Amino acid sequence: MPESNETPKAAPRGLRNDQFSGLMLIAFALFLAWENRAYPVGTLSEPGPGYLPLMLAIFLGSMGLIVAIAGGSSPLLSAMRWLEARRAALILGLCGLAAFALERIGYRLTVIAVLIILLGLVERRRPLLVAIVSLGFAFLSYYIVGDLLLVPLPRGPWGF
Amino acid sequence: MAETLQNLLLGFSVALSPQILVYAFAGCIIGTLVGMMPGLGPLAGISLLLPATFGLNPIIAVVLLAGVYYGAMYGGSTTSILMRIPGEAASVMTCVDGYAMTQNGRAGPALAISAIGSFVAGTLGVLALMLLAPTLAAWALRFGPPEYTALLLMGFFILAYMSGGSVPKTLAMAALGLIFGMVGIDTMTGYTRFQFGVIELGDGIGIVPVAVGLFGISEILLTAGGAEPPKVQRPKLRQLVPSAEEFRLSIGPIGRGSLLGFLIGIIPGSAHIISSFVSYGIERRLSKHPERFGQGAIEGVAGPESANNAAATGAFVPMMALGIPTSPITAVMIAAVMVHGILPGPTMIQQQPELFWGFVASMYVGNVVLLILNLPMVGLFVNLLRIPYAYLYPCILCFCLLGVYAVANSVVDVWIMLAMGAIGYGLRKFGYDLAPIALGLVLAPMLELSVRQSLAMSAGDYLIFVERPIAATMLGLGLLIMLLSLKPLISKGKDWRASVGLESERS
Repeated sequence: MPESNETPKAAPRGLRNDQFSGLMLIAFALFLAWENRAYPVGTLSEPGPGYLPLMLAIFLGSMGLIVAIAGGSSPLLSAMRWLEARRAALILGLCGLAAFALERIGYRLTVIAVLIILLGLVERRRPLLVAIVSLGFAFLSYYIVGDLLLVPLPRGPWGF
Repeated sequence: MAETLQNLLLGFSVALSPQILVYAFAGCIIGTLVGMMPGLGPLAGISLLLPATFGLNPIIAVVLLAGVYYGAMYGGSTTSILMRIPGEAASVMTCVDGYAMTQNGRAGPALAISAIGSFVAGTLGVLALMLLAPTLAAWALRFGPPEYTALLLMGFFILAYMSGGSVPKTLAMAALGLIFGMVGIDTMTGYTRFQFGVIELGDGIGIVPVAVGLFGISEILLTAGGAEPPKVQRPKLRQLVPSAEEFRLSIGPIGRGSLLGFLIGIIPGSAHIISSFVSYGIERRLSKHPERFGQGAIEGVAGPESANNAAATGAFVPMMALGIPTSPITAVMIAAVMVHGILPGPTMIQQQPELFWGFVASMYVGNVVLLILNLPMVGLFVNLLRIPYAYLYPCILCFCLLGVYAVANSVVDVWIMLAMGAIGYGLRKFGYDLAPIALGLVLAPMLELSVRQSLAMSAGDYLIFVERPIAATMLGLGLLIMLLSLKPLISKGKDWRASVGLESERS
């Protein structure tokens, strides 16, 4: 029987994780070096405010290049799973809204709103428990940090 | 020695009086609560209590504030272990293996070993403070900008060595952290760098928003959206106690961490933060199974926590022996003493022996109080894990929001935390280690200032780092460690040669 001449399977083509992340690091390093042009670099013996950032940008870019070059054996970027990304984006977006609202409607109202949305709408928990946790956490944390530890926390309308 | 023991007895007679004990207890409780809150670190706690101490006698004032300081060190590790939220910069390394132990159902032993390690390190630190304060303080004064530069660089070399994954990736993250640390006003020239029109960035990027975002928020983003929520843990009583094996594995790290932390802590400045990073790197190097680190190795909790607390004790050496504040915290404590007309320094030991020895004795007492407080509370803290994750993570998010906002009452800090959370999420997806970012951020301002000061001292001559013996020794050690970190890459090269038959040509 003739021997079967099986050719080794070629590695799947496509951008790899490390290649992508390495390129991102290089891009950030270039951005940093560009922004750094506004600051005097000085000399090796008298470094200016732009010296160390420039050196770090070069170093970061170099490491990014090494990561990208050596990243040929890392998993394919297209194979990376982002199952949690949608909810992560939702949570992050909600936190961003909370940051926006914090000094406008006050700490307590912000926290109550965040907890009601997350517990009630996202996690779909029982309304009574949602109400207890939201109100309890908001008021208790404000009492401990704001009233007992005297850390000024933002108040909303009518001083609430 | 007899005189020292006699003085110590005097100190204990002061520290064990009921009034002092009550204030020590109160300080420890307040400190523990403050330490658990990200953003409210020991400095915030001490600063808030300072006005309250004006009406107290100086011994009580110092005992109360020292209790807050110690307690904050203990408290910071609790949230690091249970929720992966470092209470302050020194707790960042505890997050790594501490949280992994929690995920493995070993939160109780992690908290217990953290408390025990902190107690042992604090006690050994107090012993060293008592016996060696003047000598060590004189040694610490020999640290100038070149020595400081060498120490910080050594910290980074160790960081590269302790990398469990890709060395280029670790170094890239350290560089990223250093870059974040460059944001803000350059102290030597007054230039404001990378402000991008945001006035608050003129003060730089704080460690708290970055650490909470990178570790806490990114963890929530990764976990909350997962296909299956984390299992609720229902630990039994016997699971709260460390096993005999865990105790055995912790002995060495606690001893080494205590020594290392104390020596780093007595150095002026905030370099004591690197003690936990250096301890982690050393324990990983010494371990027979370094692959366990990052997956829940008890040594990864015992070493850094011990180093952390020993460094906190060591920071008092220059303060008490020489009256030199080496960090904002010790500066506030000196202020607390000066309000009563007492100047800490070499003469204080002779003129106010009951204050000095009472303070030393109260540190022993404070350590015992914290151990008594924290060990029984391990069960209470671990029971938090019984709460379903769907309820837990929204509360943790609000907790982070509150803590980070409380740092400087600035919404910009909250935005930074969220940005770091997103960045941390992305970096973790691509397999990057986040701890070097925190280290780089903290050390960047100190490193840049010390390098430029050193060059100013030497008129631009880099040989200053080699001519000074302490600096040269530390740089040499750091380079050796760095070369050791490259050894696996060289060995891998040899394996490659063997696999393509180059080795066989010799035979």
